Amino acid sequence: MIVQPVLVTAAALFSLGIYGILVRRNAVMVLLSIELILNAVNINFIIFDSMLADSLMQGQIFTIFIITIAAAEVGIGLAIVLMLFRNRQTANINEFDLMKW
Amino acid sequence: MEIYEIVTYFTLLLLLFSAARVVTTSNVIHAAISLVFTLALTATLFLLLSTQFVALVLVLVYIGAVIVLFLFGVMITRAPLGKNAELDNDKNKLIGATISGAIFLLFSYILINGFDGEIVITSGSSTELLGEILLSRFVFPFEIVSFVLLAALIGGITLARKDEALVDEDQV
Repeated sequence: MIVQPVLVTAAALFSLGIYGILVRRNAVMVLLSIELILNAVNINFIIFDSMLADSLMQGQIFTIFIITIAAAEVGIGLAIVLMLFRNRQTANINEFDLMKW
Repeated sequence: MEIYEIVTYFTLLLLLFSAARVVTTSNVIHAAISLVFTLALTATLFLLLSTQFVALVLVLVYIGAVIVLFLFGVMITRAPLGKNAELDNDKNKLIGATISGAIFLLFSYILINGFDGEIVITSGSSTELLGEILLSRFVFPFEIVSFVLLAALIGGITLARKDEALVDEDQV
């Protein structure tokens, strides 16, 4: 089986994640879109690992690392969203303009 | 066309549909459930590509832990459950679609023209070899990643708990 359809699907997942980040207003939904992007990267790593048949399996190992980092990122991200919600009573990112000029 | 290819293409199609639903639905819980479907289909794809251990890690870590965290986040931040027209920033829809469409076209062009190959399917489990490589050749990044996870754990707890100094000030 050729690799291109899987690669294009991963690219579509990536761009759907970008769309979600740009369009969503709720901070939790933005974090969900970031998960989509990381998932697209995981698919790319696995498909190249499968294509190259690497003896060191670096694609799979990096996918495991990415999953770990993604779990850490979600924990920190949700903690920050929780702090913002506690201080501002909203999770809509367009209302957080403290660092805008 | 073999049955293997039919199953893979069907998985990819469902993956696209559920991923599109994550970013377009106007219901927060539906978005999280669609992400569960997306991740489950990704795990299916990984199983089809004979990377069993990564598929299991994906199911355990993502579907088991991360989605639960997301649902907690949705409920704690009182995001309105049910349909919610306020969820999307309608001003950004056109520009978001343009940018993501451009990125998709660019990536597809590069990926289709730049890479050409066949998926190599290995029979049997590669988990034993993966564990050996992870704890010999990649042991240093492995330890670094576990340290990052520890730091994120401590940071998350520190950020999310109530600041006791502030609480005391409120009471005074």
